[in-house]
Amino acid sequence: MKNSRRTFLKIAGLAALGWGVRPAGNLFASSGGGHGSASGVHWGMVIDTHKLTDAIIEKCVEICHSIHNVPTIDSKQDIKWVWKAPFHSLFPTQDHKFLKDLSHHETLSLCNHCENPPCVRVCPTKATFQREDGIVMMDFHRCIGCRYCMAACPYGSRSFNYHDPRKFLKETTPEFPTRAMGVVEKCEFCAERLAEGKLPACVEVSEGALLFGDLNDSHSEVRKLLGERYSIRRNPGLGTEPSVYYLI
Amino acid sequence: MYDKGKVLAGLAVFVGLMTFPFWFNIGTAAYERPKLLLPKDSKECVESAEWMRAEHMQLLNDWRDEVVRDGDHDHVSSVTGKTYMKSLTKTCMKCHDNKEQFCDKCHTSLSVSPYCWDCHVAPKGDK
Repeated sequence: MKNSRRTFLKIAGLAALGWGVRPAGNLFASSGGGHGSASGVHWGMVIDTHKLTDAIIEKCVEICHSIHNVPTIDSKQDIKWVWKAPFHSLFPTQDHKFLKDLSHHETLSLCNHCENPPCVRVCPTKATFQREDGIVMMDFHRCIGCRYCMAACPYGSRSFNYHDPRKFLKETTPEFPTRAMGVVEKCEFCAERLAEGKLPACVEVSEGALLFGDLNDSHSEVRKLLGERYSIRRNPGLGTEPSVYYLI
Repeated sequence: MYDKGKVLAGLAVFVGLMTFPFWFNIGTAAYERPKLLLPKDSKECVESAEWMRAEHMQLLNDWRDEVVRDGDHDHVSSVTGKTYMKSLTKTCMKCHDNKEQFCDKCHTSLSVSPYCWDCHVAPKGDK
């Protein structure tokens, strides 16, 4: 009898120790954000900066913002999913004084749908999450407007609704919701169009300057282009692994 | 009993306040279910009308999570076996194209205010 009491206490002590160590094990096992999917579809975009003209860029912005009910606000609190920016501001580390033309060449910028998205890691409500196919999605229903994701995103791809967006929308399309005040929004690679088997709207109007496809499929058009021509991504040193590539 | 008068007076006031809703409503008509404007062109909903009346809020919540988080867009009706797209604006409101004469009728009379329409855009017909 004496002996069994002693063994019981030993086992209980070990079990308590085990429970204490368990959470740490979980911590090591989790990587924070995902690292994209190694198999299956991984959507990505290739932007051919040679083919981009101001007119095409404006068309892309116009179609995106009109089908997604994105308001235009004439201040710092403007909302943008896709926007025009010169090369030197997208790639400050690649810019130098002899790049005269290219440096000021207007380029298109949007959410990079990173394979290792910092916005997903910091979101306290999982309103921002990464889909299996690599798209970094927003669940507007869940967003509490804490703006951690905006602080985490190194590319400024996210906008916050400081106002009720409907006050700034001349027309709304019933096909897509507007957002509420206090919600963060960004490009979703037209997930709602992909579900219907269509290409993202900006790609459709880009006259071939934007290409969209599966980065995991070595025969896809995007992969062929990436194999043939030299491409860069925004701030690769951060390890976010953007899925948007720029051909230069 | 000490302070009999005060206790009884207090009790009377209490009972009066508690039963206020009952005697305030004496003589007014009983609650009637509002008359809804039903769609003209379609005969059936994604599920039976009785089930939808009781469970549409749960259905919409489920649809929302399944579409946004799992990318699952197809709803198979347990009544007809037909497949519908899970979408408030593209499925529900295509038939029930008048929010004021359908959604709002019951919601207003039952004093519930769902926030669907803070973001989702109601069909243009009833604006």
